Amino acid sequence: MAKKKVIHIGVTGLNNIDSPGPGIAVIRGLRENGKYEVRIIGLSYESMEPGIYMPGMADKVYQIPYPAAGTDALLQRLTYIHDTERLDLIIPNFDAELYNFIKLADKLAELGIQTFLPSLEQLDARDKINLFHFGKQHDLLVPRDRTIHQVYEIPKVATELSYPIVVKGKYYEAYVCYNYEQAEKAFHKLHAKWGLPIIIQEFVKGTEVNVAALGDGKGNAISIIPMRKMYITDKGKAWAGITIEDDDLSEMARKFISTTKWKGGFELEVMKTADNKLYIMEVNPRFPAWIYLTAGAGQNQPAALMHMALGDTVKPMKKYKVGKLFLRYAWDLIIDVEQFQQISAFGEL
Amino acid sequence: MRLAKNIAVSETGFLFNPGSGDSFSCNPVAADVINLLKEGKSAAQISAQIISKYDVDEAEFEKDLQDFWMQLKENNLLNTSATK
Repeated sequence: MAKKKVIHIGVTGLNNIDSPGPGIAVIRGLRENGKYEVRIIGLSYESMEPGIYMPGMADKVYQIPYPAAGTDALLQRLTYIHDTERLDLIIPNFDAELYNFIKLADKLAELGIQTFLPSLEQLDARDKINLFHFGKQHDLLVPRDRTIHQVYEIPKVATELSYPIVVKGKYYEAYVCYNYEQAEKAFHKLHAKWGLPIIIQEFVKGTEVNVAALGDGKGNAISIIPMRKMYITDKGKAWAGITIEDDDLSEMARKFISTTKWKGGFELEVMKTADNKLYIMEVNPRFPAWIYLTAGAGQNQPAALMHMALGDTVKPMKKYKVGKLFLRYAWDLIIDVEQFQQISAFGEL
Repeated sequence: MRLAKNIAVSETGFLFNPGSGDSFSCNPVAADVINLLKEGKSAAQISAQIISKYDVDEAEFEKDLQDFWMQLKENNLLNTSATK
């Protein structure tokens, strides 16, 4: 049997905690790609990210600088890693790091490292701050919202949108608030954690459904998998979910891809109202943490992204298994202090 | 009355709505009702078959059946626009 070509892939998002990053799910998908052998280079930010130590996941891990350190520091570190690991591809999985990776995409390509990411314009257009405008432009339903920088702006905005309102952080987290006191508390909490601005969004009552999708950058939807959360943690993250069949939802994702010509993976967080209207609550510009479900359902999105990034032809995938569940679990890893020491002191493991 | 599109029903009475992801467990009588519904039987035909199969008072069963229709409707498992 012919030996498979080995592809070296850098993957971030190894924080496989109760509110997990997508890295481990992406790695599992990549390992099941069927065509290549993959060597996974984990890219971590902190020494306590469980994915650093999980057996069978990353073959080697390097710490990389926080996004706030900027593109120069990141490029320097990636160049160092590339010298040793000969990276073919990097799949970043955090919202906050995407800006730097997109900015560096051309320079990385010059080094021979591929990425498969949306443009900065695409990234900005679906930003929480611009989402309502984006929806209007493309005839997609998005709840009304306002962006605020000061806590005293809440009453005016709340009068316009009327309680309950959803108070959202710049990158993550959202709270449904039924009065000023709750909104004020949420504002300060999100300000301290994620900075400004804070987004105040109209509350839409309904059932939350999600879509993981992959666009080829030319307007074609390579994969669309709708999922309904079955169990939600106190942080609002799915602990269990099931693939569903919803033509309207799939059509919405298809429309999003064709109008934006989205390149790469993304997640639509959608609220389905009692009268079957679909509101886009958020567009996450990367794979969600539950992305391995797409592989389980028959459309391995991380693998498809890898193939496209490497120049392989990938045809749009149509069929998937409805009624496939994922159920997350917690598992205590036992790690020697030497391993912890190694990654903490030398930034490599 | 018909089951909504694509509702999957197992022999044991486990219902799965692929559109919403909701799932339900039915007791044996409810499972029989669902399977008869799937076969396209009318409400009257379903009543007649269940009453002949189980030792149950007709009036009591009719009341329970009405409750069951309501539950199916509330959980979006019925296609109420189609009548048989």
